[in-house]
This record gives sequence, structure tokens and C-alpha cells, in this order.
Amino acid sequence: MTDQKPIIVVKDLYKYFGEIKAVDGVSMDIEKGKVVVVIGPSGSGKSTLLRCINHLEEPTSGEIWIDGEKLTHAAKQINEIRAEIGMVFQLFNLFPHLSVLENVTLAQKVIRGRSKEEAKYIAMEKLTRVGIPEKADAFPANLSGGQQQRVAIARALAMDPKIMLFDEPTSALDPEMIKEVLDVMLDLALEGMTMVCVSHEMGFVRSAADEVVFMDFGKVVEHTTPDGLFNNPQNDRTKLFLSQILEH
Amino acid sequence: MAEQPQAIKPIIKIDGLSSKKRIRDLPWWFIAIVLIAVYVFYIINTNQDYNDTFNFIKIGLAVTVKTTLISFGIAILFGLLAGLGRISKSLVLNNLSRLYVELIRGIPILVLIFFIALVGVPSLVDSMNNLGFWLSDRGLEFLGKIFTAITNQDISMNARAISALSFTYGAYLAEIFRAGIQSIVKGQMEAARSLGMSYGQSMRYVILPQAIRNVLPALGNDFVAMVKDSSLVSVLAVRDITQVSRLYAGTTFRFREAYIILAVMYLTMTVILSLGVQLLERRLRIHD
Repeated sequence: MTDQKPIIVVKDLYKYFGEIKAVDGVSMDIEKGKVVVVIGPSGSGKSTLLRCINHLEEPTSGEIWIDGEKLTHAAKQINEIRAEIGMVFQLFNLFPHLSVLENVTLAQKVIRGRSKEEAKYIAMEKLTRVGIPEKADAFPANLSGGQQQRVAIARALAMDPKIMLFDEPTSALDPEMIKEVLDVMLDLALEGMTMVCVSHEMGFVRSAADEVVFMDFGKVVEHTTPDGLFNNPQNDRTKLFLSQILEH
Repeated sequence: MAEQPQAIKPIIKIDGLSSKKRIRDLPWWFIAIVLIAVYVFYIINTNQDYNDTFNFIKIGLAVTVKTTLISFGIAILFGLLAGLGRISKSLVLNNLSRLYVELIRGIPILVLIFFIALVGVPSLVDSMNNLGFWLSDRGLEFLGKIFTAITNQDISMNARAISALSFTYGAYLAEIFRAGIQSIVKGQMEAARSLGMSYGQSMRYVILPQAIRNVLPALGNDFVAMVKDSSLVSVLAVRDITQVSRLYAGTTFRFREAYIILAVMYLTMTVILSLGVQLLERRLRIHD
């Protein structure tokens, strides 16, 4: 029974930036272990939706439940829940003044209270997992974009999150580096991590996604499976969008 | 089009041209300052009048250095707090910090030194005393006595000078820290928060280390400025090199000797420190 309970519940979520309705009444349930990819034109509110899930954006109204706990505005609760939700950003956002290893150990020590040795052990494990243990002593500025993004994933994983959020993780990468990041994400998906990704990598959607959400103007237009998306899109806007991104 | 000749220049390697350029690039101003300083120190060593004057004035050096160092240390603390306040979302903290910064920046340092030392500190002592009486009236005589016992004489002019300088410079440094913190991209704070760190933890481990590194040269420049501004405490009869020079010149009428030596002493300190700041700047740039 408990497995059936969704790990993320979004209920009547609204987020306005002044007059702009970035998220305009979104509800969805995401079950544990599912990989959900959110697609849609730019400005459709997909990133804002993702950022609301860990309260980087405070919703204007609506509810978000993480693993049975409702998010409030209490700073302490938000901090605790964020530690359970890893987030990967479009621009990596590694800490440039810290080495790769320190990037991955910082929050472990500060938030999880792990000892230096333990944090380092876990960090090396995660860095090995994303394929760059040899870069542990390098600084972010000396890494390629793809390597930086993999360190960012390792940094998030080191906190043993229940959920991973990916906000356009490959959009800022050179084409030849996209694959190395997607491979790591695919690996994670196969291991059963609950993932919510904003991404336009249709290859990833095909190979890893359990569900696809198509958003436009802050609303969920279509919530379907990859198969349903590619072979049987219901909505005209979805069809148009797909034709535009699959054309070339 | 006008930029083209510049782009070509490094390619042409004619000895005459490059040596001319080298001469033009020499820091002549610096050589001139060093020559002036060396000449003055030469006179001090050869001329008895100058020698006596120097030996008298250098007694104040310890006070100048101590006043500057302690004041700057406290000013960094004030500046950091007010700088954090300036970017705080709390209406009260934000406005308090803004008030502090604008108040201090709108008043000349000399006036502030008079005000803090001769009005601020006595008022503070008065209110401490009143607090002591108030406590004694309520039966807390033990605590009350501590506060009523404080008198104006207990607070030396040196201490008042340091309070005035640090309070004043705190406001200037606050703006430096604010700019430094705001120069760090938003994504850094978001990444730290997304890992579960609180605002304070994110500031401490992620934002401030980067911000402070960025503002080190600016802090260095303000330190140099404070070395010079520490001369203002002489108006409180604090015996720094300026005050000692005034005393010496006033009694011996050796104005020329005293003020030439005083000027060169400041010059020596500030030029050396400025060089240090430049070196620091260059080193930080290499690491970027």
C-alpha cells in the first residue's frame, strides 16, 4: 500500500510573478521510482513548477506534499525537506571556490553531520559513479561543462536524496557532452530513483521516462506516457510542439 | 580602425622600439617617491636636528599602528554585519543598516570623531549610570553598582578614538561587503539552499568566502585610507605620530623638520601597503 502512495503531490499550484501566471493551476501525483519528464515551450512554467517542488520559488497558492509531508513556509521544515531532494541546475552552479571533492562533501558535513572521512568516502563513491573520480582535487573552473554537470549530480546524490530534480541539465552543454550527462541520468533512472526532469532530450524521454508532462502557458496540457506522446498526442498544441522539435 | 596599429605592435620586435616602451612603462612616480623617502631618511641620518625630530616622532608610531589595526579589525565586523543587513529581507535590519551607512557617510570623519568621542561616549556612560540606578532601585544593587561605577574618565581617549574610527569605517566597509555579496550570482545561493543549507549556512560556506575574496583589494585600499585617517585622532590628543609631531613642532619651532618627517612616514607606510594590495590583486587575478 505505502508504495502506491505518491512521493510528490502537487495540488492546485499557482505561481504568479506580478501579472505573469508562470504556473496556472497545476495538479499532479508522482509515484515513487517514476521518471517524469516535463516538456513545453520556453516560458511555459516548467522550470517554475520544478522550483516550486523544493520551494526555491514560493508558490502563490496551492499545496505541495513530499513523501506524505505538506510543505509549509517554516524555514526549518523547508531546509530539512530540501536535503531529501537533490537538484541539478542548467548552469551547474558548482561552488567555484571549492575543489570538486569539497563541493561534494560540504553539505554532507554541514547538514548530514558526517565526519570528514565518511563524507570523503561517500563523495568518492558518487564521483566514481558519475565517472570522474580522478577530478576530485580539481577546481570547477578547470572542468568541461559535462564534467561540471556530473559533479553537480554527484553533489546532489551525496545527500542520499529520495527525489532528484533536473532543471534543463543539458541545455547549456556542447553537443558532444550531452551524452555523458544523459548516461548518468539514465543510470539513475534504471536504479529506481524518483526523477522529475525539465528536458527536451527526446532520446532520454524515449529511453528513460515513465511519464511525460506537456506544459503550455502555465497549465498541464497533456500528462501521458512516452508512447502516448510520440504515437498518439491528444492535444493540438502538443502535436505542434512535437512537430517543431522533432523536425530536425 | 584606430585600434589596428595597437594590435600589430606586439608583432614588431625592434629593439629600439621595445626599450623606449620599457622606459615609458617604468613606474616613474614610484621611483620618485622612493627617492624622496630615501633622501629624507638620508638627511635624518646625517643632520642632528632631523635626527632628534625623528627620534621624538617615532615614539608615536606604535599608537598609529595599534589604532589603525584595532579600528580596522572592529570596522570589518561592523561592516560585515551592516553589509549583511543591507541585503537582508527584514525591513527593520535593512533600514537600520541603511540608516547607519547614510548617517555616517553624510558627516565628515573629523566631525564624527569629535561627536563620538565627546558626545557619544559621555551619553553612553550617562545611560549606563542611569541603568545602574534603575537596577539598584529594583533591588539589584550588585548589578547596579557595576553600571553606576563607570565614569567618563574610565574610557581613555585612545579607546574613544578607536570607537570613532571603527564605527565610521564600518559604514564604508558595509558598502564594500554589500557589493561583494551582490556580485555573487543567484545560482550559488540557490544551489546551497537546494542542498538543505539555511540562509546563514549558505552565506557562511558559499557566498561570503567568494564575496570576501572579490573585495579583498577594495578592503586593502580602505585599510590604506585608514592609515591616513588615523591622523585625525590627534584632535583628541591621542599621541599618534601626527599629535607627537604637533607637540614637538610647537615646543621646538622645528616645523619644517617635524612635518617633512611626518609626511614621509605616512608616505612610506601607504606606498608599501598599496604595493601589497596591488600584489594581492595580481595574485587573485592569476587564480581566476
